Amino acid sequence: MRKVSVIGVGQTTFGEHWSLSLRDLVTEAGIKAIENANVEGKDVQALFGGCMASGRFIGQEHIGALMADQMGMNPVPAYRTEAACASGGVALRLAYMAVAGGMYDVVAVGGMEKMTDVSTEDAAVALAGAGDQESELFNGATFPAIYALMARRHMHDFGTTEEQMALCAVKNHGHAVHNPYAQFRKAITVENVMDSGYIASPLKLLDCSPLTDGAAAMVLCASDKAKEYTDKPVEIAASAQASDTLALHERRSLTGLHATEVAAKDAYKQAKIAPKDIDLLECHDCFSIAQIMALEDLGFCKKGTGGKFVEEGNTDFGGVIPTNLSGGLKAVGHPVGASGVREAIDVVRQLRGDAPAPVQVKDAQIGLSHNVGGSGATVVVHAFKKGF
Amino acid sequence: MWRNIPERYNLLGTHCQTCGKYYFPMRRVCPTCRRKGKLVDAKMPETGKILSYSQVFVAPSGFEHETPYFLAIVELANKATLLTQIVDSKADVVKEGARVELVFRKIYEDSPEGAIAYGYKFRVV
Ligand SMILES: [Zn+2]
Repeated sequence: MRKVSVIGVGQTTFGEHWSLSLRDLVTEAGIKAIENANVEGKDVQALFGGCMASGRFIGQEHIGALMADQMGMNPVPAYRTEAACASGGVALRLAYMAVAGGMYDVVAVGGMEKMTDVSTEDAAVALAGAGDQESELFNGATFPAIYALMARRHMHDFGTTEEQMALCAVKNHGHAVHNPYAQFRKAITVENVMDSGYIASPLKLLDCSPLTDGAAAMVLCASDKAKEYTDKPVEIAASAQASDTLALHERRSLTGLHATEVAAKDAYKQAKIAPKDIDLLECHDCFSIAQIMALEDLGFCKKGTGGKFVEEGNTDFGGVIPTNLSGGLKAVGHPVGASGVREAIDVVRQLRGDAPAPVQVKDAQIGLSHNVGGSGATVVVHAFKKGF
Repeated sequence: MWRNIPERYNLLGTHCQTCGKYYFPMRRVCPTCRRKGKLVDAKMPETGKILSYSQVFVAPSGFEHETPYFLAIVELANKATLLTQIVDSKADVVKEGARVELVFRKIYEDSPEGAIAYGYKFRVV
């Protein structure tokens, strides 16, 4: 297998883009990534795009062709991946495999979702499709409710508190203040979270990531050719993915994502690293409890101690493992198909030294991105290494 | 879906006679034994205990009129687990470890024409 590097990144601002369509968003992100990579459009040999539910949200499928068409890339082959909220991470992994396997030298990866054209109730139904239609949504289980069931059991087994969960959101908002692409660039307090009203107890409105429109894109290149395009390539040191049951109730545990553990172990082996070698993390905090479980399942702290780990400041800027310095899904926003690519982009920015100054980790060498589909039925983990 | 009705009305799941595990809802393949697993239909027990619960305040389409409602993950007497609504129970008894039993109820009103789906729910004993 060949080594693969990221040579360019780009994204739209995340938020409610009432004046922009899905095709506007993905085209903007794609062109930014191609310009940032300093490649010519004709050098790009294939497109991979993650998108979860465009059929539900805007009535449009055939997203691969739409990307190639709108970006003026015809006739290059174009692929759409769907793995719920991990659609973007899966697109990145497939693009990585296509270059690592020697099929292509230069490919583009996108992630996108246009979520705010439908009502909140209809969006809830679309998102619940990430779980098990027949045993979860049929019984009235929304996506927040599924994570609430994990949160409640985590509190029961380990004494995790609602305040500790709230702190995850508070810290992520604090980071997003510096992120020009974030949906919410506004600091919040634990009190704000506690007073924000239950969506599905114990999760409150401000424990939950929002509905967001946005797209993110990157350009990958065989590492031995990357220097032709950029002085600051970032190598993909590991690409790992794992699956688990679609429905939460059939998992071996309600308090962690086994697929995260499996993917992380594989990624650490590929990159020959351990959690202590990692300088920063972008994890999938679709809900505050998800960040606590991710820290445990990725091996940054022991099972059950994630709440305390956050409370002690270990995930802050300057802490043991600075986490979601972008603002995370909570504050950057969560266009479901885009988030996996956006998480990777924010790691790449840190390793290039291109992150916003107040949250730029000094001399960052290795970063990890973690992307979850549904309630953990798909998990994708990528490790990135500074390549210059 | 109408084809799921027997499963939902009778709380019908799957028993793997090879490894002994019970599954709900039904499966075509035992994830542990795969093609070696000998699977038969099995009626699930009507009692169990709550492993985790949540009270839902913001509902998806079709459930708007029922909020707030309790959801729980229940472990049945044969160790199979399922996700269900908890009804007819005071809020302060819906807790981890609470014993529950099966009841049949309307699940949701399907369409503007009024098709109604029935299925399993549980209540605290
Ligand atoms: Zn078996």
